[in-house]
Amino acid sequence: MTDLDAFRSDTRAWLEANCPTEMRQPMGSEADACWGGRNWTFGSDAQRTWLERMVARGWTVPHWPKEYGGAGLSPSEAKVLKEEMAGIGARNPLYSFGISMLGPALLKFGTDEQKKRFLPEIARGETRWCQGYSEPGAGSDLAGLQTKAEDKGDHWLINGQKVWTSYADKADWIFCLVRTSAASKQGGISFLLFDMATPGVSTKPILLISGNSPFCETFFDNVKVPKDQVVGEVNRGWDVAKYLLGHEREMIAGMGLGATGGTLGRMLKPDDPFLRSEIATFDVDALAFAAMSERFFEMFKAGETHPASPSMMKYAGTELNKRRHELMMSAGGFDALEWDSERSKSGKTARDWLRTKANSIEGGTSEIQLNIVAKHILGLPGA
Amino acid sequence: MALLNDDQKMLRETAADFLADKGGIAKQLRHWRDISCKDGFGHDLWKQFAELGLTGICIPDDQGGLGLGAVEAALVLEEIGRNLTPSPFLTTAVVAARTIAGTAHAERWYPAILSGESVLSLAVDESGRHAPQNTALSADRRGNGFVLNGEKQFVVQGASADMVLTVARTGGSPGERDGITLFAVPKDAAGLDIENEALADSSKVARLRFSNVGLDADAVVGEVDAGWVPLSRGLNAGRAGASAELVGVAAGASAMTVDYLKQRKQFGKLIGEFQALQHRAAHLYGEIEIARAAALKAAELLDSGDEISELMVSVAKAKAASVAKLSVQEAMQMHGGIGMTDEHDIGFYVKREAVLGELFGNVYFHRARVADLSDY
Repeated sequence: MTDLDAFRSDTRAWLEANCPTEMRQPMGSEADACWGGRNWTFGSDAQRTWLERMVARGWTVPHWPKEYGGAGLSPSEAKVLKEEMAGIGARNPLYSFGISMLGPALLKFGTDEQKKRFLPEIARGETRWCQGYSEPGAGSDLAGLQTKAEDKGDHWLINGQKVWTSYADKADWIFCLVRTSAASKQGGISFLLFDMATPGVSTKPILLISGNSPFCETFFDNVKVPKDQVVGEVNRGWDVAKYLLGHEREMIAGMGLGATGGTLGRMLKPDDPFLRSEIATFDVDALAFAAMSERFFEMFKAGETHPASPSMMKYAGTELNKRRHELMMSAGGFDALEWDSERSKSGKTARDWLRTKANSIEGGTSEIQLNIVAKHILGLPGA
Repeated sequence: MALLNDDQKMLRETAADFLADKGGIAKQLRHWRDISCKDGFGHDLWKQFAELGLTGICIPDDQGGLGLGAVEAALVLEEIGRNLTPSPFLTTAVVAARTIAGTAHAERWYPAILSGESVLSLAVDESGRHAPQNTALSADRRGNGFVLNGEKQFVVQGASADMVLTVARTGGSPGERDGITLFAVPKDAAGLDIENEALADSSKVARLRFSNVGLDADAVVGEVDAGWVPLSRGLNAGRAGASAELVGVAAGASAMTVDYLKQRKQFGKLIGEFQALQHRAAHLYGEIEIARAAALKAAELLDSGDEISELMVSVAKAKAASVAKLSVQEAMQMHGGIGMTDEHDIGFYVKREAVLGELFGNVYFHRARVADLSDY
């Protein structure tokens, strides 16, 4: 038995013994996801137990170093853990932008002090983070952002507005791109961390077409931020921002894989021959995409991927996910259109479908990803 | 897995160097077409495949081959596709070698495959589309042997082959898998008429007419009425292989096109500066990566004997064919008028894609198979 086989059997046994039965059921809605944070109210005892047990084992962030709350697993071990969790249908114990986005950036660019201060809290689900990137005038042209941070000697003074801030109204802290110099577009941006409870911070949820409000407008009115909360160098925040976006794009690309294993056709059992044909076309694309994700994961571990490959994956994965939900709507017919009924779980099919329309916008639009591939991978001129 | 090991990377490099040097369009495809070669490929080059050991990729090492598998065959086939190199590699070294694997015919034919002396082919289709279970060509028992009557078409390199693996019906009815038997038919069998045809891509296929072709019982490959087993083995290897070759065709056409975008000027600019073209090229790049991963995954599952390999083989063939079609269509459009000329090489990619797309089942066949295998 190899070490990895031994790890697999230990992991399987531990999960079997420790993952509460309720945490092995598919999530009914987004409300079943555990996000943690100062103000978190656990949906059930099982949700709390599951998080606590996984935290104690370092398995909310299995590949992070132990000193920051992780388990120091190798990429292969982390993959085994993921597979074994999927094998019993175990829910993700903690949804967290701290884990998926800020963590990798802090591990790469943070000072030792910043890592010790912020990473363990993220691993334990004690601090919930949000991302302050887009602004009303800076969407695809993100580097055109105007939220200003003035150096006031012993602190930064922040004024401006962010938009599309996911769960800003529920977050404890924000990682935020601010303009610290007007001299250069990309070279005048800094990456700041601050507490959302700081005076001058306010949020306003935005009602979306799905009827939900996961995104907010976030306002900063003379917000004072301590000087040691800059990640990386002042005016070099664009490097941090791009690195983080790579991780965000990989995460979003994962949507291409869908929530369940197997083919869409097996789940939907289409009775219309033309729909069946479209679904089969989709299933070919989806299974091929899954093969590519698997291959690129292995290539990434071996250092064989191009740095811009998350852009290709994000583009392909999100476009695929939008198609998936269009087909689910088509297969659902009249029933999929219900918006409030209990029968439809409050319009889950329709609301999920509408949510996916943002997939190819958030984290950089499909068009931006194609620009990046054209320029950095294909080397096309003037891109 | 999913990552290539060092031996596989070395094999890929060997094949890439060899085929770029010796197998390019000017030296092979265009040359053989222009002199109206009856085989559509060069025997000298095929001998060089043999000298490099490539003819033995799918042949076990205790029978003189390299003892490798579908993944390694895919690596070679991607390079074949990229260079549009005409050769019997797919039909003989992959499909025929895998079809007769483990049967008495392996001992008879493996030495001739390994040395590059013999071309073998598979005769499966009888109508304008791939539909192996619709086999109607009859094989009736006569004495200790069989007598074959019927027709085959789209027999790749059939007129160049010393032996044609022929799918016939010994029982059941067209539409059924049971009752199919595979025969090794020598090219000079009495009553066998072979008509050589050129296809759009200058490759050759044959139409075969069997008129009371008598065969001994030892011509049977595998078991009587259970020919579906060796046939599936050969077809799956062929489908995975054709997928990899299609990925090569897609990648070759796309590389030529991206180069062109960096050279051609209009309106005082390189046309590659236009975002309308950049986005299409970038989309195609991703699709080719996805198709390549699917082709490798299918090959990997075939090698490990995984039960979902059938599904993934169809995913790979459907995906690779549709991506290659996209690639050659974009290539034609982005090359503009020059691409319409016979002098330019890009047209060869368009033609090759069309043939490979139909071989062993087109996108519609394989999409339907994905649905069937997923019970919907």
